[in-house]
Formats: sequence, structure tokens, C-alpha cells
Amino acid sequence: MNYLSAFICAFFTLLVVSGCNNEDKLSLSQRSVIYCAEGSPETFNPQLVTSGTTIDATSNQLYDRLIAYRGAENELVPSLAKSWHVTRDGKKITFYLRKNVTFHQTDYFTPSRLLNADDVLFSFNRILDEKHPFHLVSGGHYPFFQNIEFKSLIDKIEKINDYTIRFHLTRTDNTFLANLAADFSVILSAEYAQQLTKISAQQNIDTMPIGTGPFKLKEYRVGSLIRFYRHDAYWQAPAQMEQLVFDITSSNTGRLTKLLAKECDVSSYPIAHEKIIEHNDLILESITALNVGYFAFNTTKAPFDNVLVRQAIAYAINKEVLLDTIYQGHAELANSILPNSSWAHDTKIKAQEFNLLKAQNLLTQAGYPGGFSMDLWAMPVQRPYNPNAINMAKLLQADLKKINVKVNIVSYEWNTFLHRLSLGEHQTFLLGWSADHPDPDNFFTPMLSCSASYTGSNRTFWCNKHYDDLIHKALKTNNINKRKQYYSQAMAIISAEVPLIPIAHSKRYQARNKDIIGDIIAPFGGISFYQVSKLTISEEKVLPLNNDESDERSTEAVN
Amino acid sequence: MLIFTLRRLSLFVFTMLLLTLLSFSLCFLFPGDAVINISGAINATPEQLIQLNESYQTSRNIFFQYLAYLTHIMDGNLGLSMASQSVIGHEILNLLPATIELSIVALLIAMFVGIPLGFVAAIKHNKPADNIILSVSMLGYSIPVFWLGLLAILTFSISLGWFPSAGQISLLFEIELITGIQFIDILLSDSPYKWQAFSDATAHIILPACVIAVAPATIFIRLARTSMIEVLETSYIRAASAKGLTFQQIIFRHAIRNALIKIIRHVGLQFANLVTIAMVTEVIFSWPGIGRWLIVSIDQRDYTAIQSGLLVLSCFIFVVHILTDFIYAALNPLARGVKYGS
Repeated sequence: MNYLSAFICAFFTLLVVSGCNNEDKLSLSQRSVIYCAEGSPETFNPQLVTSGTTIDATSNQLYDRLIAYRGAENELVPSLAKSWHVTRDGKKITFYLRKNVTFHQTDYFTPSRLLNADDVLFSFNRILDEKHPFHLVSGGHYPFFQNIEFKSLIDKIEKINDYTIRFHLTRTDNTFLANLAADFSVILSAEYAQQLTKISAQQNIDTMPIGTGPFKLKEYRVGSLIRFYRHDAYWQAPAQMEQLVFDITSSNTGRLTKLLAKECDVSSYPIAHEKIIEHNDLILESITALNVGYFAFNTTKAPFDNVLVRQAIAYAINKEVLLDTIYQGHAELANSILPNSSWAHDTKIKAQEFNLLKAQNLLTQAGYPGGFSMDLWAMPVQRPYNPNAINMAKLLQADLKKINVKVNIVSYEWNTFLHRLSLGEHQTFLLGWSADHPDPDNFFTPMLSCSASYTGSNRTFWCNKHYDDLIHKALKTNNINKRKQYYSQAMAIISAEVPLIPIAHSKRYQARNKDIIGDIIAPFGGISFYQVSKLTISEEKVLPLNNDESDERSTEAVN
Repeated sequence: MLIFTLRRLSLFVFTMLLLTLLSFSLCFLFPGDAVINISGAINATPEQLIQLNESYQTSRNIFFQYLAYLTHIMDGNLGLSMASQSVIGHEILNLLPATIELSIVALLIAMFVGIPLGFVAAIKHNKPADNIILSVSMLGYSIPVFWLGLLAILTFSISLGWFPSAGQISLLFEIELITGIQFIDILLSDSPYKWQAFSDATAHIILPACVIAVAPATIFIRLARTSMIEVLETSYIRAASAKGLTFQQIIFRHAIRNALIKIIRHVGLQFANLVTIAMVTEVIFSWPGIGRWLIVSIDQRDYTAIQSGLLVLSCFIFVVHILTDFIYAALNPLARGVKYGS
């Protein structure tokens, strides 16, 4: 009995003693940030994927690109390249690299040199050159680069000296720089690759990553956590937080619980927005993502080859209702395919009118006074640009019934759905598009150009010579005002011809604790924790201003 | 004592044989090829399959197949997980300690709360205190654990913010896995934040352990009450009070010791019950233990994992059972003479 009581005493003393250490504990959590992520990354190399979850976990944390986007205007700024030069014909682009960029030093790799042209060559040749020893490591698929036809665009990459590198293009392409600044065009370490080749562990390059980014990988437990440490020798000022932990919590309620119980500082894709707003110490942020959800027609099939029918249907759709019920207000009404956050957005484009009378008149003009029946293909999965296509299809069905158009809703398994769409078996369909980078061309060319109708990404099969000319011209000029004009004209053509009806630009949501400051989400691409810092309790008292600021942000976000 | 030990050991061996037989038969009862079910090698090449067939002796009769299976288990080879293709033996070794840790803490809580309350109820037999304790224990016993778990998270993690809602320790602390039992690992680690980690781990275990402890605690209350009432009615207690000992002396010197012995016999039985509750609780509190792993495996139809997980868990419970028997026998000389493995 005496032993027992001694043991209990000892245990409680321990507890009390450990409780006394609370100040240190504050400091550890003060120097770290925990992010509740929605899933595990497939790999640690963004070149290999397009999945948002993987990009979030890797791209901006572990790596840098040659150039980057900055600010609300999304202008291109130097990153690993301190400057660049484009020849007048736009076919030769020379990058001048920084000379002070260090790679991560980790348990598995110690760099012996700084970043140089060899690393850039390695990173891009791995994608371009099928004979490159690393091309087929991890499968040899580089989806982003295959989509933008990177290979046919690049003639060769030339190393001029250790810190200068030149890309020779086969044609002028204004989106080239934008593509190099996208999350996928990261720079890997050639020295690390050499080391891996020596021990024949090539596949480690994508699972045990070495980059130049603000954080380095410390530990990864599949389905459980990713631990990053700060890269202290980062070429810019080091990140504020010493430790960054991704707590992988795939259940929506699990993330909410952890957020409310303060077990994570930031949570991705939160549910129960009202509940979060109710809490004074939580902030709900939203950002209009560069995407568009739309309702489109197969313009090669009757009756949708007739522009009057397409216009009639555009008049008959009540977008406001769709926005309220399907997006629950978490989206912006789309007037054109381009979101208003894009620099080429044209405010003069009017909202589509909801007018059943006009719709009926147009149908009569087109020769369908008694209406017709049509198939509507609704995608079976939830996407940011359309959270529930089947329900949206049901609402459209009700809307179109009013002008005597009978809608049959069709849905297939997701991959079959996409495959059959590209074969053109459909009449009308609900789909959307998420941008890879902020250049407006990323909306115009892949969605509606003639060439895209051959490759299958333009499922309306709409091919308008005038429209194609305009977007080609826009690609060839460097004058931003001219580009804007071309895109406005292109958007006017879309509004008149109605190959598709843009419905909404959805928002991306994130919830965070009030004491976490700094931007994390961006309108496109992955999240970044580089700028993030934590308010300490003492700071909170000293700097009430900061607090107010975050308050304002929260109200803004709520609105 | 030697005969007692031998008897228990033979009981252990035979039970294990039956358990392995059951787990072995599962691979035929699950849909699919028995060799693949047993080894988990769903992506095996034809050559590997031939090798597997050979090592599990599928060409010979069922008895040799069973022997081959036993040899594999003895070598610690439990196959690969069908879902993740990782070695099940390693996964179990990593996960089982977390469950053991949680169960032991829960058991301690249940005993430290339940037994004294039961004694109080017995001493105040048929008085209001007795009735209150009994009805509370009835209530505790009938509350479903998943509901209680969610309620606890809602109250103590979300509303009050006293305890964390998920996991074994805050992810900020890096504790190397040595024994798998978090508290020991923390004490062994050389992290500068050792004591913070310790208190953080304590905060993490309190909520799930208390939730698990509720049902066993109510059983301990009843056991303690009955056994105390029995002891209080015995002649030696009456003799003690006739000798003029005070009530407290009677209780603390004689009654508690004798009542405890009877309870300890039941601890092993209760442990099986407790581990079942712990499995559900692990899911609710995202506790990285074997129960959660097993439930996820069932969800994924990971037959190899289910088979091996069940074998290891039942083996573990049985070992605990036998251990408590030994403790009981060591404390109570009368029990050693009892024949038959009851």
C-alpha cells in the first residue's frame, strides 16, 4: 500500500513539474504551425502531378521556380532567376540565375555546391528528353507539360555559362513565361540526382525531395503527417516558422473538430462555415479561385448547331438560383469564362438576362415552337467549380421545362464520362475548368479553340475562325492593353455565339486561428506557408492593431 | 504452484492451437484464393506465386498446409497487408503498444474509481449512498461508448478546450518509436521538450482512457460491492469486531484485502471487454492503435490484415487473462489447489 501511494505521489509530482514547463511548450508551438490537410500527397515532385493536394503539400513549401507571380496583378517577378531577357521575336529566352541559392541539407543529402545552370538543365531535360536517365523514374508522366505541349514548344535548352541558361523556342508563345512560373515547373538538384544514381536509388528523387524552397522535408508518415523544418539557408529571408506540420485528416468533421479544439492552426476546405464564423478566435477566409463551372452544348449536334437555340437556353436559365442552391452562395456569378480576378477580365460584359419570354421567342424563330427533348450529361464527381452537377442538372431540367424543353439527365462513372465526352456522344453537358496559371490564355485556348476541339479538351466542338485568330494574336503580342482588347473581343464572340453558358466561379475556403498571420491561399495554384507567422501572447497585447486587422479580414471574408 | 503453472501453460498452448486453426480456416472462408488471402501478395508475379504455394505447401493435404501456416507464424511472418502491401508484423508491432498503453491506463482508471466506489456502496449497504452508486453505475453501463466518446469530445475538447480530441500526442513533438509505448518513449528520448511532450501525451490520453473506463468501472463497482458484502458477512469479520477492533481497522486490515482478491480474478475477464471498447474508442479519438487499424482493415476488406490482427489481439487478451490468473494464484494460496483450468 505504501509503495502504491509513493507511486501516485511521484506521478502527480511529475505532472505538476511538467505543467510548470508550460512556458517552453508555448515557445515550441509558437515556433510551429500545424495545417490540417485534406489528403496525402501522391509524390513530392510537382512535375509529376496535377492534383491540388499534392501541389499544396510540395510546390511552394519545398521548391522554387525560375520566376514567380506576385501581387494582385499576378505580375511575373524574379525568383531563382534574378532577371531574364526575351529576344524581339520571342523565340529565345535567357535566364540569369542567382548565385546564392542553396539546396536543402537533410539527413539524406548534404549539398556541396550552390544552385547553377546544371540544376535547371536537369529539371527540364528530365521532362523533355525521353532518353534522360531520370525521365522514366516514377512513370515518365508529366501531365502539366504534356497538356501545354511543352516538348514541341522547346527546341533546345542551352547552358551559356554556370549561371546563364537559354531556352530556344520553336514558336512564339506568350504563355511560356507563365508556364515556367506555374507550380509545376520546379527546379530539382542535379547533384542529388547524381548521388542517387551512384547508390541506384533513383526513385528517391521524388519521394525524398531536395529543393531550394523555404522548408525542407523532415518526416513523412503516409496518411498521417508530413513534417517540414525551416530551410535556414534559404536565399531569401528564412521563413518565420521553424516547423510546419501537415496533419493529414481526410474526414471533413475531423478537420473541423481539430480546428475547434485548437489542434490545428489552419484547416483546408472547412465545412460548417457558420460555426466557424461564430467563433471569435477563428477566421474563415475565402478567395475566388481561377476556375469556371459551365453548361455547354455539343455545337455539332442538332438542335444545338443552331445559335438561336443556344441563346434561347441561355435566356431560360436562372443562374442566381443555381448559385444559391448548388454553391450555397460560395461562388461568384460568371458572366464570361474569365473570373473577375484575372487582369483580362472585361467589366463591360453584361450579365446574362433571365427572360423566359425572349427564350420562347428565340425558340419559335429557330423553328422549335413546341420545344424538344435533349440529353444533359452531368458529371458524377464533386469538383471545386461544381460541387453537385447532378442536382444542378435537376434544377436546369426544371428551368427548361418552362420553355417546353424536356431534359434527360445522363451520368457515367467519371473516367467513362470524360472519355465519351471527348468522343462527342453528348448533346449538352455540365463541366468546368480550373486554371493552372493566371494567364488568361489558359482559359481561352484549352476550352474553346479549334485545336482543342481536335485534341478533345474543347468538348463543345465549337470552332470559330475569328475567335481563333483573336486568341492567336493575343499570344503573339507583348502589349498588355492589346492583349486585353483581343480577349474582350473573344469574350464578346462567346457571349454572342453561346457555345457554353458560364455559371459560376467558385471560391476556395480556408479556416485559421486568429493568431496566424500571413497569406496562405492564392487564387490559383498551391498554398504557401513562407509568409506565415504566429502572434505571441505578449505581441497580441502590445499590438492590438494587428488584431483589428485580422478582424476586418474576417468580416470581409464572411461577406 | 508448479502444477498450476504447467496446467495454465497447457491451456495456453491448446487455446493458441485452436485460435490458429480458426484463423487458418478464415483464409478459406474469405472470398478469393486461399494462398493470396493468407499471404496478402495480391500483386505477386507468377514466379512469386509458385514460391508462395511452395512455402505454404498448398499441394499437400490440409494438415501440412496448417503446419506450414504455423511455421510462418512462428517465424513472425504474418503476410502483407492487401491494402497497403506493407508487412503486417511490423505494423502490428508499431500499433499494438499504443493499444496496450491506452487499455492499461483505462484499466487503472476503472479500478481506481470503480473498486473504492463499490466498497463504499457495500459498506453503506441499503442506504441512499448505495442506491445512488448503483444507479449511476447502471447508467454508465448502458451508455454506448461511441456516443459517450463524441459527447466527451464535444464538451471537453470543443466547448471547454481542456483536452485535445485526437491522436496520441501533439504532432509538434517528435518522439522516436522505441518501445511503442508513448510514455516510455518520451522518457527515453533526448528531445529538449521531453517534459512538455510528457504532459501533452498525458492530456491526450485522459479523454479516451476515461471514455473506455466508464463501462469496466461500473462492473468493478458491482464486483467490489458484492465481494465486500460477502466478506463483511463472514465469521472472521464478526470475530474481529467481537475482539473490539474499530470499524476502520476491520475494513482496512481485513475486509479490503480479502475482497480485492476476489476482484482480481475478474480483471482478466474484464480486460477482453475493455479491449473491445477500446477498439471503437480508438476510431473516435483517432488513436493510432491496433483497434482502429483492424476496423479500417475490415472496411477495406483487407483479409490478411483481419486474419492476423484477430489472431494477435485474441492472443494478447489471452496472455493477459493468464497473467491475472497467476497474480491471483500468487495472492491467494487457496486458488493454487483448484483443479481444472477454470
